[in-house]
Amino acid sequence: MIALTRDARAGYAFVERNFNLTKRYFGWEVAFLVYAVAGALSVSLIGQSVGSRTLLMSLVIGAVFWNYLSVVFQSIGDTITWERWEGTLEYTMMAPVRRSVQLLGSALYAVIYGLIHTAILLAILALFFSLDLGKANFAAAALFMGVGSASFIGVGMLAATLPMMSVERGSQMVFVLQSCLLLVSGVYYPTTILPDWMQLLSRVSPATYVLDAVRKALIDGASANQLLPDLWPLLVMAFVFIPVGLWGFGQAERYAKRTGKLKRVG
Amino acid sequence: MSIAVSVPTQSPAPSRPAIRPIAGPAALLVDHATKRFRVDRRKPPVVAVDDVSVRIERGDIYGLLGANGSGKSTFIRLVSGLLTLDEGRVEVFGHDLVREEMAVKRLINRVSVDAAFFKKLSPAENLSFAARLYGLDGREARLKAAGIMARLGIGEKRMARPVEQMSRGMQQKVAIARAILTSPTLLLLDEPTTGLDPRSKLDVQTFIEELQADHDATILLTTHDLAEAERLCGRIGILAGGRLAVEETPEGLKTLVALEHGLPPTLESAFMQYTGRSLDDDVEEGEADPAD
Repeated sequence: MIALTRDARAGYAFVERNFNLTKRYFGWEVAFLVYAVAGALSVSLIGQSVGSRTLLMSLVIGAVFWNYLSVVFQSIGDTITWERWEGTLEYTMMAPVRRSVQLLGSALYAVIYGLIHTAILLAILALFFSLDLGKANFAAAALFMGVGSASFIGVGMLAATLPMMSVERGSQMVFVLQSCLLLVSGVYYPTTILPDWMQLLSRVSPATYVLDAVRKALIDGASANQLLPDLWPLLVMAFVFIPVGLWGFGQAERYAKRTGKLKRVG
Repeated sequence: MSIAVSVPTQSPAPSRPAIRPIAGPAALLVDHATKRFRVDRRKPPVVAVDDVSVRIERGDIYGLLGANGSGKSTFIRLVSGLLTLDEGRVEVFGHDLVREEMAVKRLINRVSVDAAFFKKLSPAENLSFAARLYGLDGREARLKAAGIMARLGIGEKRMARPVEQMSRGMQQKVAIARAILTSPTLLLLDEPTTGLDPRSKLDVQTFIEELQADHDATILLTTHDLAEAERLCGRIGILAGGRLAVEETPEGLKTLVALEHGLPPTLESAFMQYTGRSLDDDVEEGEADPAD
């Protein structure tokens, strides 16, 4: 019980700290939101210009839900980078906190933050395009958001190991990984138009399944049962990526402690 | 083997007791610790800490002196668990650092020369984060933090403004408060007064004395300020090239350097003798060496 309370407090420490950081950087938060809205509108207007409701909806959903997944991924992936730049990483790593608690605390805030960010974005786009969501199955979409979040948290944990091993190159690789996920996951187009080798990559990206399922749920009103082909790969990825992410993070920590890479940089 | 030199007990009585009666395990036991870094694959590794053994009893303040690059900060990082040992072992109050990592982490905290914080956050927010990591609840942490900060001369109004708006001295006091907040029984102070003005330095030194006297804290202190080391430390070790060159009480060091080397009986003479370099070299070298 004492250990559980201690873990809960430590996990909450990351939620509270990240909330405080969001408050203190509020000006930047507004700037990022404006950029996200402008980006999503610009892409979605292509669908409007073609006059296809299905294409418009597909692009809106792609823009909005990619925003959510990338916010979650980036928040977790930047966990180490941010602390390294501020110089606090050594203090956090010295604290009696299990890495799973540290990463899941950061992930919890990332999900809350991503949901709020995405809800605002979706509301603005729905108003702008007067979207008709009468047929939408919101429960199924929410289910895939939840399961997709879990697998993206795992990928984010794996990404967070990179800045631990190499400060600058690690951050660059997180950025490259995120760009590759954007390219292969069918955010703005069906993955069937990709070259064969890219289609193979699209099958290991959780975003592919989340976007496909959410589109079918919100545009066609598909039920969770009908979306089972998208559900099981996400569940498998969540069960694989999270433990692998935690294991990888532990290995990266050991490497950093052996080579002296936890020291402040910047 | 380390090459530590000791003088027999006929040296003049030190101003502080060198070793307290031993009851239970040492607060810190470092046994033949060695750490190497491979900077360039074509070259042999740099030995940052070389077969160093230190024993610090509960309630003592142990000073670690040495030039920049001598291995002081690496030694502190080894004890903190931020670096893994290549050889040797570390025990904190009988807990092995490798096998009982969490137990050791609950007993120690550290203040480093650079007061590292989330600079946009306030002291209250930074301290709350630190406290929760160590399992304190929010209310308990707030009360405790306010008390410590008040003792260090930082009023409640300053607690809500971003740390980046505070002076270097005040930031260092917040760093000390962050460490004390978690009630460490072993406190690792890595040049805590470097860069502080004389008043802030005095405040911090007085606070360190209070910690020892009132809270039974054991302190490992690295410093370039020899007067500070003399004032605070019961024993002093001097690192040179990663090795413990000598270990004695401040008075013992002075006697040693006078009797064995014919130098003036000062800590400065001892520092020069055992580091083999001048204080000017030390200051000019800066932070370039990865070992420090």
